[in-house]
Amino acid sequence: MTGKTLRTELFRLIQFEIFESFRIAAQQLAANRTRSGLTALGVIIGIIAVTLMGTAIKGIDIGFDNSMAGFGDDVLYVEQYPWNTGADYWQFRNRPDIKLNAADRLNQIIGSNPKSFLAVAINAPACIQTVLYGKRQISNVYTTGTTDQFSYVSSTECEKGRFLNEAESKSGRNVCVIGRDVASGLFANTAPLNKVVRIRGQEYRVIGVFAKQGSFLGIFSWDSQVVIPLVSYIKYFKANQENASIRVKVKDKNRMPDAIEELRGSFRRIRGLLPEQADDFAINEQKSLRSSIEPIKTGLAIAGLFITGLALFVGAIGIMNITFVSVKERTREIGTRKALGARRRTILLQFLIEAISICLVGGALGLILSYALFLLLTRVFHDFPIQFSPLLVVLALLVSVVTGILSGFAPAWQASRLNPVEALRYE
Amino acid sequence: MQESGIIIPVRLTRSKGESVIRIHGITKEYFMGHAVIQALRKVDLLIRRNEYLAIMGPSGSGKSTLMNMLGCLDTPTTGTYEFNGKDVASMEDDELAAIRNKEIGFVFQTFNLLPRSTSLQNVELPLIYAGLSRNERLIRAEQALASVGLAERMYHKPNELSGGQRQRVAIARALVNNPSIILADEPTGNLDSKTGQEIMNLFESLYATGNTIVVVTHEEIIARHARRVVRLRDGLIESDRENIED
Repeated sequence: MTGKTLRTELFRLIQFEIFESFRIAAQQLAANRTRSGLTALGVIIGIIAVTLMGTAIKGIDIGFDNSMAGFGDDVLYVEQYPWNTGADYWQFRNRPDIKLNAADRLNQIIGSNPKSFLAVAINAPACIQTVLYGKRQISNVYTTGTTDQFSYVSSTECEKGRFLNEAESKSGRNVCVIGRDVASGLFANTAPLNKVVRIRGQEYRVIGVFAKQGSFLGIFSWDSQVVIPLVSYIKYFKANQENASIRVKVKDKNRMPDAIEELRGSFRRIRGLLPEQADDFAINEQKSLRSSIEPIKTGLAIAGLFITGLALFVGAIGIMNITFVSVKERTREIGTRKALGARRRTILLQFLIEAISICLVGGALGLILSYALFLLLTRVFHDFPIQFSPLLVVLALLVSVVTGILSGFAPAWQASRLNPVEALRYE
Repeated sequence: MQESGIIIPVRLTRSKGESVIRIHGITKEYFMGHAVIQALRKVDLLIRRNEYLAIMGPSGSGKSTLMNMLGCLDTPTTGTYEFNGKDVASMEDDELAAIRNKEIGFVFQTFNLLPRSTSLQNVELPLIYAGLSRNERLIRAEQALASVGLAERMYHKPNELSGGQRQRVAIARALVNNPSIILADEPTGNLDSKTGQEIMNLFESLYATGNTIVVVTHEEIIARHARRVVRLRDGLIESDRENIED
């Protein structure tokens, strides 16, 4: 026989042995349902912990991505304050305002450089306002003043009506486009289009309602915003110029660092800063916000890993114990199998697969239970973004198999080393 | 004790075919705490193809040890053991497993069937370890069961069978790999005398069709079926003689 046929022969043999082992494992599990079920409890809890943790982390990511979509992943923000400052607020307090004409200067610089990484700069100063319609009012509305070119740097998709056009933008007509939540809050039973709302005492005619853009954990909602023409914003909300913001669209979001460097250089030119002077402005991008949720995710992951690890550890010990019992109970059977020609490997595989099977059953049960829990959670907390991913299922089953191997190996090894004579004589 | 046989030296036993088992100067020592127990001391034995041999002896005589040795379940402390010309005395566990699988068919006093498996699955087991394909396994297991008269009981589990039927399943399992030797340890010990007789008749017909059979027993009535009886005492062969048939 050549080496190759020998190898295929061995492969076939192992294949039969594995198949036979699974058959025996199924018989054993069926015969000892209560015992196996109790043993699998640790694994079940572990898998529920791991899937719920994964679901929550994934959910936070997705919720974040959804809310980030409003910021745009190819948009830079030139502003007075960096995002995520917190305690350092005072450090940036005395920076000069971002002047509205800086956007024009930026566009000139971008236009004169054909190799620029930047596409266009658009003014979008914003402030928080209260919007009224009749007796109804909605406060904490994120109010932005901008031009018809806003669509370069933000979603301007409308579910009703349309976004600002060039004429409205240039003339600064008192029109507005409102977010979905603003629309539903103010106009419960009437059509919002062409109704007139009041912001800071000025009247604005509603020309469009944004399509739903989502929120992040209910903290901040993109659907609670109003957009008015920049000219009108400057005219009536001038006191809020410290909230000026220039949004700069980047040509290639994969060259973000280059784009940021270019923008920093251009803006320093505009500001006339000397090389030794520090930046007196901030360039923000959505990525810098993302870093603020990392501690939450890390905390969740650590807590989840701890609970999972503990549950799986306890589960693994239980399975190891039950597999030792199983080896003891079936010593005679092991002796018989050895007498009939079972090799050490065969016996090792058989008990290892039995332990793995318990873990897999536990893992599957855990997945089913956590899926039920997940359905319940989504029903109770509509807005909480949790996600049940196929990757998680694979991960959970993988964890189960590894637990099975770790817990089953010692007893399986012991079984495989049994002396056939003593095993046959065992009562 | 039946003393009617003629004493024949081992080498002169019926020369019906070549030797299957050739044992020379085998000893086996066990350690019980600090004491050394000599279970076998210098045993010589030659078993040829198509012999029907009974090994007898009181408990403690070393017959179980000898049977374990013959069955390649254990290796001797000293001495040589050739099985079909192969030296098995120095083999590793897994090599011995292969010999047991292909060359030896075991029949146990307590049947040792897998309780949750059907007759067919029980008989299939050695073939799985031999690496046969599923189809081949089924064909051969069915043939083996039919040859012991259990064609109608293939899908029954041991607890649905009588003691005699269980032992016949075990015999089918022992036969299924076409072993060089069938090794039966008190095969009728757990059966009533009538059923025991049936099993012995089955061995008789297996012998008639050319099988080599070794039965370990302490019952004269069982040993009487064999053509040759080896008696052990205190780890030595006390006598080795042909059975005179009635």
